[in-house]
Amino acid sequence: MFNFSVEKQTQSSEFDNIKKWDFLVVGGGPAGLNAALYAKRKGLKVGIIVNEIGGQLNNTTWVDNYLGFNMIEGENLSHTFLDHVKQLEVPILKGVYVQNIDYLKPDFSVSVSNGKEYMTKTLLVATGGEPRKLGVSGEKEFINKGVTYCATCDAPFFKEKHVVVAGGGNSAVEGVIDLVPWASKITLVHRSQFRADKILLDKLNDIEKLDIHLETQILAVVGNERMTGIEVLDKHTNKTKLIEADGLLVEIGTVPNSGLVKDMVMTNERGEVKVDLNQMTSIPGLYAAGDITEQPFKQIIISAAEGAKAALAVNQYLNQNYKGE
Amino acid sequence: MANLLNEEVSKQIKEALAPMQNEITMVLFTKEGGCNTCEETEQLLSEIKELNDKILVEVKDFDKDKEDVKKYKITDVPTFVMLDDKKQYKGVRFQGIPAGHEINSFLSAIVFMSGLDLGLDSKVLDRLAKIDKPVDIKVFVTLSCPHCPGAVATAHSLAMLNENIEASMIEAQTFQELSVKHKVSGVPKIVINDEYELVGNHPIDAFLTELEKI
Ligand SMILES: Cc1cc2nc3c(=O)[nH]c(=O)nc-3n(C[C@H](O)[C@H](O)[C@H](O)COP(=O)(O)OP(=O)(O)OC[C@H]3O[C@@H](n4cnc5c(N)ncnc54)[C@H](O)[C@@H]3O)c2cc1C
Repeated sequence: MFNFSVEKQTQSSEFDNIKKWDFLVVGGGPAGLNAALYAKRKGLKVGIIVNEIGGQLNNTTWVDNYLGFNMIEGENLSHTFLDHVKQLEVPILKGVYVQNIDYLKPDFSVSVSNGKEYMTKTLLVATGGEPRKLGVSGEKEFINKGVTYCATCDAPFFKEKHVVVAGGGNSAVEGVIDLVPWASKITLVHRSQFRADKILLDKLNDIEKLDIHLETQILAVVGNERMTGIEVLDKHTNKTKLIEADGLLVEIGTVPNSGLVKDMVMTNERGEVKVDLNQMTSIPGLYAAGDITEQPFKQIIISAAEGAKAALAVNQYLNQNYKGE
Repeated sequence: MANLLNEEVSKQIKEALAPMQNEITMVLFTKEGGCNTCEETEQLLSEIKELNDKILVEVKDFDKDKEDVKKYKITDVPTFVMLDDKKQYKGVRFQGIPAGHEINSFLSAIVFMSGLDLGLDSKVLDRLAKIDKPVDIKVFVTLSCPHCPGAVATAHSLAMLNENIEASMIEAQTFQELSVKHKVSGVPKIVINDEYELVGNHPIDAFLTELEKI
């Protein structure tokens, strides 16, 4: 009945007492938390600045592919990570956004939405990703009027309703499963073929209220005050049709949260940050890890591992290459 | 009813409440004959009260305690408001039970209402001090929404720091009529003065930017 993430809020004054950090981590998803853990163990003066601890783990009901856990709720996994980090007493400034990063060679100044600025010798951007939008007409207009990107948050609003799930990857399949206790009917629509793991797809076989439309592209979300349906193109017949529905859960992957650094460092055409083998960006001392990087497989264990790599590389950089004081 | 909080959870809450500075009072409104989640809310408050002696709870009847209903502008039950150590109402209210994820915004309201410094920068405080028109912030939540407590805590902190601002957590399932009225089908949904809408969890300065438009 209770989902905890309570802890003693790190007062910003604790953060303010440090004039210059060795290593600041922006983001508290798997990548950021693991980076802080590794850095603290190396003895670095490290802190985490984060809006919401757990990141995308909070949008994930079940995780069943993180080594060591057969099946764990995304949020519980995030608590497990946080407990581990807290044991090492890493200061965490949470509930705030980093709004700007300045490169003051060789250091970095980080401005935060609490109005303060922090100096650091090295910086990790582990800001992950956010849900990719379909980019069709009506989508924006009907956000929270039927269109949603968070199954765990909004499933209760779809009690006895017909919900369309857009996407063909793991998160779309998980979205369908999250909706089963609530929706009266679920229709999965995907523009090509499934990309999800077989083990997940097998679970769909038993869901009687599910209809699946592959090779079907969503063209528009329609409605009046609320959404009432979606317009789709059936690629087999090349005909458009209307699917009446009360809700649309969009689970078509993520876009990187790289806005903070995209004008500073090299990125690819998708806006993902390019890093070297040590997770360093094109600026010395500035690192990136997790879903924000070019690495194509967006997974918890991979993000966590990239965080670890970044922290170890930062330690080496501070010992060998850092030019400041 | 069995205890809502088991031993492990109680221990965690106790730790979270340890930074409390001064007394706070929660004034809960329920109804004779009960209501949807009234009983659970009352029980939650009384179990929380047992975990820190700086917490006081008063239970009022929506139909009988008319004066208090008027004073705190209570429109439905269960609703509770939080008062500081001088029994001053600072505009912090909860409509519905703050269970599930909302336990986090609940505990954070208690701790900050008790006088713990919110740690905001003077620039933010200056902007906040300039809000001189009445502001009512409704934050609609579901108990399964991990992004919601952040939005509620931000709204409540604005209320604590400016007497023109009132902020409510509203549990959308219990307060269905209100949710339908405000066309809530995704959370967190933030409604300001029944007119302006924000969707999602926003940092304090984004809230302020909205309030400055009023
Ligand atoms: C529905 C869904 C289901 C998934 N299921 C699985 C699964 O079963 N198994 C699996 O391995 N992976 C799964 N994933 C993918 C996995 O969640 C991600 O790969 C992983 O969370 C990425 O970690 P990250 O640390 O890079 O970023 P995120 O988890 O995205 O975390 C980003 C962090 O940065 C913070 N942040 C962002 N911007 C700022 C800013 N400006 N200032 C301060 N803080 C900021 C956020 O608050 C957050 O703490 C799933 C994803 C989704 C959406």
